[in-house]
Amino acid sequence: MSNKKEWPLFEIFIRSKNGLEHRHAGSLHAADPTMALENARDVYTRRQEGVSIWVVESKDIHASNPEQAGELFEPAKDKVYRHPTFYELPIELKHI
Amino acid sequence: MDNIENLATRFQERIDAGEKIEPKDWMPEKYRKTHIRQISQHAHSEIVGMLPEGNWITRAPSLKRKLGLLAKVQDEAGHGLYLYSAAETLGISRDEMTQQLLTGKAKYSSIFNYPTLTWADIGAIGWLVDGAAIINQVMLTRTSFGPYARAMVRICKEESFHQRQGYEIMLTLCNGTPEQKEMAQDALNRTWWPALMMFGPRDEDSPNTKQSMAWKIKRKTNDELRQQFVDITVPQAEFLGLKMPDPEIKWNEERGHYDFGAIDWDEFWQVVKGNGPCNKERIAARQKAWDDGQWVRDAALAYSAKKSENEEKSNGIKAQRSEGKIA
Amino acid sequence: MKDQLTKYLMMLGDNAMILGHRLSELCGHGPTLETDIALTNISLDLYGQVRSYFQYAAELSGEGVTEDTIAFLRKERTYLNVVLLEQPNENFAHVIVRQFLYDMFQSFLTPALMRSTDERIAAIAAKSIKETKYHLRFSTQWMKRLGAGTEESKSKIQAAVNHLLPFTDELFVMTAVEKEMLEQGIGPDLQSFKEDYYIKVQEVLEQAELSLPEAAPRVVKGKTGIHSEHMGYILNELQYMQRAYPQMEW
Repeated sequence: MSNKKEWPLFEIFIRSKNGLEHRHAGSLHAADPTMALENARDVYTRRQEGVSIWVVESKDIHASNPEQAGELFEPAKDKVYRHPTFYELPIELKHI
Repeated sequence: MDNIENLATRFQERIDAGEKIEPKDWMPEKYRKTHIRQISQHAHSEIVGMLPEGNWITRAPSLKRKLGLLAKVQDEAGHGLYLYSAAETLGISRDEMTQQLLTGKAKYSSIFNYPTLTWADIGAIGWLVDGAAIINQVMLTRTSFGPYARAMVRICKEESFHQRQGYEIMLTLCNGTPEQKEMAQDALNRTWWPALMMFGPRDEDSPNTKQSMAWKIKRKTNDELRQQFVDITVPQAEFLGLKMPDPEIKWNEERGHYDFGAIDWDEFWQVVKGNGPCNKERIAARQKAWDDGQWVRDAALAYSAKKSENEEKSNGIKAQRSEGKIA
Repeated sequence: MKDQLTKYLMMLGDNAMILGHRLSELCGHGPTLETDIALTNISLDLYGQVRSYFQYAAELSGEGVTEDTIAFLRKERTYLNVVLLEQPNENFAHVIVRQFLYDMFQSFLTPALMRSTDERIAAIAAKSIKETKYHLRFSTQWMKRLGAGTEESKSKIQAAVNHLLPFTDELFVMTAVEKEMLEQGIGPDLQSFKEDYYIKVQEVLEQAELSLPEAAPRVVKGKTGIHSEHMGYILNELQYMQRAYPQMEW
């Protein structure tokens, strides 16, 4: 049995090409951020999936609590006036 | 407050409605445990599966084949990694899972306890073992647990070349010399039955199937998937001009499926229990990699700790400078 | 002259192949999954270079010669890789040091080959320079991690440096083939960057808190086909299929 410490977990974000945002690709273990970047390159971009990589140590990510999902996200549900379809305009009108 | 029963009902309703469950969502303890078990076993299978195929990397017959095989075995390491990561979201560490593998507490697919004796085995594994795995994995891309489903999507995308690679190896052998074709036939003979066993015990001996269906870990039963595999594979063997190592294989017009012979379940359970031809060697190889790697993993951590200490010190100096304390 | 060029291509390709072979032995046995994947990537890069060099050599050799006959069907005495790269994977420290010493050499050789009068070689070098840079970065990082890591890792990697560094002298020996290539403007004068090589190596050793061993260079002649006792066993595996089943398509 091992009670030794494990390499920390990192979350990997990849930009697949310029013009697009970085997206979460997955995670991996690395001893430090430099190694995490290299590992990410080898693990997540073997098939030219990326042009840029971000790594963040998983423990540094702050996440919203799913139990509060109701109070966080549901109030936005009935704010239909935030969407263009809420406003009725004559159909013959163009470019608006 | 909600009681557990209400939560469990709502949980099942979400799954029934096709919603995904994410790691921090409430989930029944059994759901968590089942997923840790299944995902880690899946990961272990990828990692242990590297060994029988890795056995032929240094002896691959051409440069092209060597590169293809190396890339494939490397993919398996990647797939194991994706799966371990998915399991880690449920609160178990990769090291813990590794220990479960090494101590025999966790299982992996029994197929990898069979030896790879000739180059044709590499073809047969790609064709049959990856073929069987893909049937399972495509189904799992729609499973209810988000991280598992996402890992499966990535894996399926990457794995599509594996089966083609295996079949192409078989095809080349079957179009080659009689000696090569014999090698291919022998590999099929040895791999066929263990490949059928990959789908697990018969439905009547698989008590967890109902629960797995409810959670969408499974969408078809073991026997249904096995039948699907036989139906797909028999014509592929015919195309190769190889003989199926089962005299009972015959198209059944009425069922619309191939009939096939009885699987030797005694052998299956013996191998599961650890008495297969290579169980001990596979675990010994993983144990050795773990032991040999310990000082390397420790060194990297120690170096990282030292480096960040040094950085803190130099940052400290910078901060002091900006405050004008060090001129 | 064509003969010499073919030999030169084999020399370049054999180095990549024997190191690639050693790395490929580790696939599935690395200290972590991530490291396993990284080492395999390097092996794949090297084998890619092997194919480029051997395909070119095959074209020069004519009828019946392919990249595979060059890779798998020569006698041991005609393989022209340096002895350093045959050294076995004793432990991870040996793997890293062997890699580092080779990568550092390649970081000088490859840019020189990009200026080769032979366009094909120049093009192969231009393609592999990016790989070389990455490999050197990888191995340098690990030199530091192991050198400045724990007591245990330090002693292991120092032992590996002590064992492997004396083999590097051979990298700079100008054989008849290389002299001919220099004359044609195809290959560089290896001696011209020998000093810089050792300066750079020492720099990294210092950063890794390691010391430069004082051992004398080993007298080895892999580049003329005289190998270590390891080589026969490497070829035994490498050539197994082609020898056991001659003249078949795979």
